[in-house]
Amino acid sequence: MRPFDYVKPADVAAAVRAVATAPGAKFIGGGTNLVDLMREGIETPDTVVDLGGLPLDGVEELPDGGLRIGALVRNSALAADQRVRGRYPMLSQAILSGASAQLRNMATVGGNLLQRTRCPYFYDQAAACNKRAPGSGCDALDGFNRGHAVLGVSEQCIATHPSDMCVALAALDAVVEVESVRGTRRIPVADLHRLPGATPDVEFELAADQLITAVELPPVPVAANSRYRKVRDRASYAFALVSVAAALEVRDGAVTAARLALGGVAAKPWRAREAERLLVGGPASEESFGRAADAELAAATVRPGNAFKVALARATIVATLRDLTHGGSTA
Amino acid sequence: MTEIRMRVNGVVHSLDVEPWVSLLDALRERLGLTGPKKGCDQGACGACTVLADGVRINACLALAVQYADKEITTIEGLAQGGELHPVQQAFIRHDGFQCGYCTSGQICSAVAMLAEHAAGMPSVVSGSAARAELTDAEIRERMSGNLCRCGAYNGILDAIREVATP
Ligand SMILES: Cc1cc2nc3c(=O)[nH]c(=O)nc-3n(C[C@H](O)[C@H](O)[C@H](O)COP(=O)(O)OP(=O)(O)OC[C@H]3O[C@@H](n4cnc5c(N)ncnc54)[C@H](O)[C@@H]3O)c2cc1C
Ligand code: FES
Ligand code: FES
Repeated sequence: MRPFDYVKPADVAAAVRAVATAPGAKFIGGGTNLVDLMREGIETPDTVVDLGGLPLDGVEELPDGGLRIGALVRNSALAADQRVRGRYPMLSQAILSGASAQLRNMATVGGNLLQRTRCPYFYDQAAACNKRAPGSGCDALDGFNRGHAVLGVSEQCIATHPSDMCVALAALDAVVEVESVRGTRRIPVADLHRLPGATPDVEFELAADQLITAVELPPVPVAANSRYRKVRDRASYAFALVSVAAALEVRDGAVTAARLALGGVAAKPWRAREAERLLVGGPASEESFGRAADAELAAATVRPGNAFKVALARATIVATLRDLTHGGSTA
Repeated sequence: MTEIRMRVNGVVHSLDVEPWVSLLDALRERLGLTGPKKGCDQGACGACTVLADGVRINACLALAVQYADKEITTIEGLAQGGELHPVQQAFIRHDGFQCGYCTSGQICSAVAMLAEHAAGMPSVVSGSAARAELTDAEIRERMSGNLCRCGAYNGILDAIREVATP
């Protein structure tokens, strides 16, 4: 690993100052992504700013009935929180479907949001990758692209954002709070990750010196009947091929409220707004669920390796909504 | 060089480590505790599992400096007064290993998994359910962060089930 300086600030102001004065600095939360990428020589910070001493590890009630989650809350602690399990079961399930128990015990909410792609060409210094080395090309386009994106892709990059947690957060209209020497900013999670376009190396709507301090969940009554369903190559400890975070309210056979987001299909957690629009007011039937899924997936751009994802996403959306119609919010 | 204090298996150590030294390398190469294994060095196998303040983590993806002032327990620290930990004894009784490379990680992981379960930690198998029984499916899911290339999973499962359901 390339040598670096290490600092451990005791408060947010000091953490933000530490990166403002050192352009090559990186924050470290749990380290489960950053340490890996530093070992591979893909991340090469001059200074690592350890967030472990900051008082950002609580989950608090908001006056409106939402929750404020500190950026350093461990993934396992958030998944176990009774309020999250009761009000936003899809979020607890999404986190529990990711990584392993050991990794969830280490990983922080802030780090999970900003984890980088698992595209094998991004990790392979010998491969062409516009995300890692802008202008070098993209070996995934004609390579091994089974895990890659089908929505919002560009000719420069088809990598996915690998987080499960973010898919639920996007469906729930969560908002990220960010701090820097320039002040405080609030960014909806659905806008935090960028689509690749011509600059796949620019991944977040965030400057390098901005510290995520918290994630806020608004009250989302429909989320009490929600679930996260993840499809992958083995039953556990694998990234999503496709995942679905869905919430549904049905009255007298008609859908009265719906939330839907997809994982494993894009460079960002994909909020399926077109599908939601079609679902609400329509019948709670498989045909209607299928039409909504088709509309959302109509814009898919596939490669030989990942073409199956369109049918898989459709089937997973329909199955998840069907389960929710029958009232089961647990997996 | 950063000087850190770390309690490892009940003994306080003072260590001079560069900030880029992983907790796994610090334990193995500075303290001579070779129980935690380096399987993949990228968080993908669980052979390096140790406990930090009783919580299971992958020591390969941790910087030692992040764990200053924590209490670390490795496989070497599980036995009490010459008596093997009940999970260690169960692994022996049920042949929970073949080559043994994943075993120290499996056992540390299982010890912490049982504590997590007792504290009410949910899993994706039981979803948001209040309290899950440790069925075979639950144990497999909760132990999925520990791979065994020899495929000793049946013995591992038997051993953990026995400790979980006395
Ligand atoms: C083998 C393996 C399997 C995995 N499987 C899955 C999976 O199935 N699903 C899934 O979703 N994830 C999976 N993960 C990824 C895991 O969820 C992430 O590594 C983890 O969430 C990152 O959190 P962290 O705190 O460790 O981040 P770190 O590694 O500490 O940081 C990640 C990035 O975020 C930045 N950062 C951290 N905190 C902040 C902050 N507060 N403000 C600003 N920037 C910050 C860091 O600078 C760094 O760039 C897997 C990881 C591994 C190693
Ligand atoms: S060596 Fe740490 S998980 Fe494989
Ligand atoms: S016993 Fe050989 S890897 Fe598990």
